[in-house]
Amino acid sequence: MVDIARGPTDLVPPAEVEDAELYHPKSWITKYVFSQDAKVIAIQYSLTAMAIGLVALVLSWLMRLQLGFPGYFSFISPESYYQFITMHGMIMVIYLLTALFLGGFGNYLIPLMIGARDMVFPYVNMLSYWVYLLAVLVLVASFFAPGGPTGAGWTLYPPQAILSGTPGSGWGIVLMLSSLILFIIGFTMGGLNYVVTVLQGRTRGMTLMRMPLTIWGIFTATVMALLAFPALFVGAVMLLFDRLLGTSFFMPAIVEMGQFLERDGGSPILFQHLFWFFGHPEVYIVALPAFGIVSDLISTHARRNIFGYRMMVWAIVAIGALSFIVWAHHMYVSGMNPYFGFFFATTTLIIAVPTAIKVYNWILTLWRGDIHLTVPMLFALGFVVTFVNGGLTGLFLGNAVVDVPLSDTMFVVAHFHMVMGVAPILVILGAIYHWYPKITGRMLNDALGKFHFWVTFLGAYAIFFPMHYLGLMGVPRRYFELGETISLQESHSLNAFITVVALLVGFAQMVFLFNLGWSLFRGREAGSNPWRATTLEWQTPDTPPRHGNWGKELPVVYRWAYDYSVPGAEQDFLPQNQPSPVRSG
Amino acid sequence: MAVTIIFLAVVGSVIAWWLSRQRLTSKPWLEEGAGEPPAGPGSGGPIPAAKLGLWVFLAVVGSLFALFISAYSMRMHMGDWRPLSLPDLLWVNTGLLIFSSFALHRAVLAARREDGGNLEAALLAGTVSAAGFLIGQILAWRQMAAGGVFLASSPAASFFYLITAVHGLHLAGGLVALTRAGIRVARGGGTERTRLSVELCAVYWHFLLLVWVVLFALLLLTRGGTH
Ligand code: HEM
Ligand SMILES: [Cu+2]
Repeated sequence: MVDIARGPTDLVPPAEVEDAELYHPKSWITKYVFSQDAKVIAIQYSLTAMAIGLVALVLSWLMRLQLGFPGYFSFISPESYYQFITMHGMIMVIYLLTALFLGGFGNYLIPLMIGARDMVFPYVNMLSYWVYLLAVLVLVASFFAPGGPTGAGWTLYPPQAILSGTPGSGWGIVLMLSSLILFIIGFTMGGLNYVVTVLQGRTRGMTLMRMPLTIWGIFTATVMALLAFPALFVGAVMLLFDRLLGTSFFMPAIVEMGQFLERDGGSPILFQHLFWFFGHPEVYIVALPAFGIVSDLISTHARRNIFGYRMMVWAIVAIGALSFIVWAHHMYVSGMNPYFGFFFATTTLIIAVPTAIKVYNWILTLWRGDIHLTVPMLFALGFVVTFVNGGLTGLFLGNAVVDVPLSDTMFVVAHFHMVMGVAPILVILGAIYHWYPKITGRMLNDALGKFHFWVTFLGAYAIFFPMHYLGLMGVPRRYFELGETISLQESHSLNAFITVVALLVGFAQMVFLFNLGWSLFRGREAGSNPWRATTLEWQTPDTPPRHGNWGKELPVVYRWAYDYSVPGAEQDFLPQNQPSPVRSG
Repeated sequence: MAVTIIFLAVVGSVIAWWLSRQRLTSKPWLEEGAGEPPAGPGSGGPIPAAKLGLWVFLAVVGSLFALFISAYSMRMHMGDWRPLSLPDLLWVNTGLLIFSSFALHRAVLAARREDGGNLEAALLAGTVSAAGFLIGQILAWRQMAAGGVFLASSPAASFFYLITAVHGLHLAGGLVALTRAGIRVARGGGTERTRLSVELCAVYWHFLLLVWVVLFALLLLTRGGTH
């Protein structure tokens, strides 16, 4: 291990450049298209994820239009409603959140934050993106395939997923499963890179316990994803065989349209086990990078060292480890209630402890911090508030789940959107506002950013708070329309209200996209370190960082990532690569 | 799912062991300084990145096969399971794969001694026997099919075809890498890099042999009577 017994002022000779190891792009194509530079790959990942995320957003508008104004939109049939739900859920969870956190932020931040020149296997890293893109294209193709995309619900449960009564049971499900398989292959290529780069690529002095929490979050999430995605892979391959080759891994003997199908009595439960074996950790695969990033945003913008860094690291590791253990309930409880209610209730109870520690530490960091209400900080605060809120409704759900009816209502939809949808999205948005200046060299427009934040934040509450109430009234989820159920009549005006707000929130995202494009040319010049942050990515010789990141010499790390408000320091912070405090006076 | 749990427990203990050596209890806010100059590039340690990458990949592949095995055993315990009888050819194939793995082991030793002649011979033997294994697996499929057992005939048959196919595909991927290493050796490279790629292939081969032995044992233990 690296021994840190030297005096603080000792200067160490910097590491040499290993020029030969670095791949140099030779043409425009290899520089911007088939690039092996993690930064370019990160941008490719992010743009693709945001583009497909936009599709999921539009789908949510269509669903909301149907729910808010049933009967007005003749082009939305019950079948297409199920297709919208399915595609919306799947895209949001996998193709947007997972891809953006790990493929996007992981690629951009890992090499820069640990002081590496690039990922350790740049070629594999490039392949990872192109396979991901292929997965997205296959997914998009299912919208145009005969019969449309699958409408089986994002959990894709057999048998109904591949029976002809379900929309998209022809092409749709085949394309969806193929796309998932591709996604997993692509992710594995990327994931190997992220893990090995963190293990091997750290620059001199960057011990594990000096890594920013962002890297801890992304690293742990990647390890979990590498072990959990194979379950989805196995499930998808077997389901694809059932659908295309007539096997009966999952398909029970079923009478369809008066005819016995050539099935041998497979086990649908088996699929559920495999699915949740992946689905369960997936929540934390999305949450851990968000936790890490938020810690760094809060610390930087409150000019305060993160409270309880060690505990934060342990909590990340503990959440990762615990969520492995929690999996077991899917393995022993056969025929478990697969609904989210149960799912969240159990996990929130067990994982509540390390999660609570994290929330507690964020709040203590903010306490007496010198809070700058910058746009990234607003989003980070929005996240903390939302997360605490979701935790509380989660506890409520934990009690209420005994009361099974609630577990399949809009209450659950509202709850998991708050915890798993809104909360990570707020982090992603905050992170984009935070790192955009490094990526492009320009600041995002502040006024537009604040507008974006307030509409998104308040809007999310206006959408999902009433939805809890709808759930308590008994409005079920995955219902195309409520019909003439008298007792639910009063839900109509509320539903219409939610829809209007959802459209407004969607509009705010367009403003954000405009900001991204506009600031690229018109934004204020950012300089190399506009937030006066300590971490290495802000100390690069060029902004945006060039190929190879560090000029001639790799940075050497002398301290942890949270030296803010240092008494006596020339500025109020000490970058990680600064040898010793420059005392004034 | 016992197999998967055991597998994850093994992976988990490796991670725990590794974490326990990372000074997770140190207080980074009290420590300053850059430490001793690292041995190699970066301060990560002496293991080459490619080797570490391979081990991480093996963990992923291991997780994949553990899940297949778990699915198999869960499915097996359901009422309508009809066991399968296996072609004897699988024994021959197993022998080929063991031989292949052994040959690669010899190749690694030869590469360490920088003994070019033996290295080439061992690589060739390893490649040919691995290809023989794959061909043997296909022949075994054809024997099954000739006996009227097709992919969709019964759940047991489906599992058999699927799992052997996945294993075969992994080996086929390995063969590509092995052939490339062989070509590099034949072109007269006794360099550090060729030695590393031979070593990586050998590790991968031993791993796939282990997976195959476990799969084969499982198939044998759960097979039905002869034809
Ligand atoms: C403006 C933002 C969003 C709106 C208005 C929205 C709206 C909806 C609606 C109306 C449903 C269907 C409810 C039902 O009838 O059962 C739904 C389902 C779902 N949403 Fe969202 N959503 C949004 C963002 C997100 C995000 C960011 C995620 C990421 C985790 C997400 C994940 C899901 C999932 C997993 C489902 C369940 C799909 C299924 O039942 O198969 N949503 N959403
Ligand atoms: Cu669970």
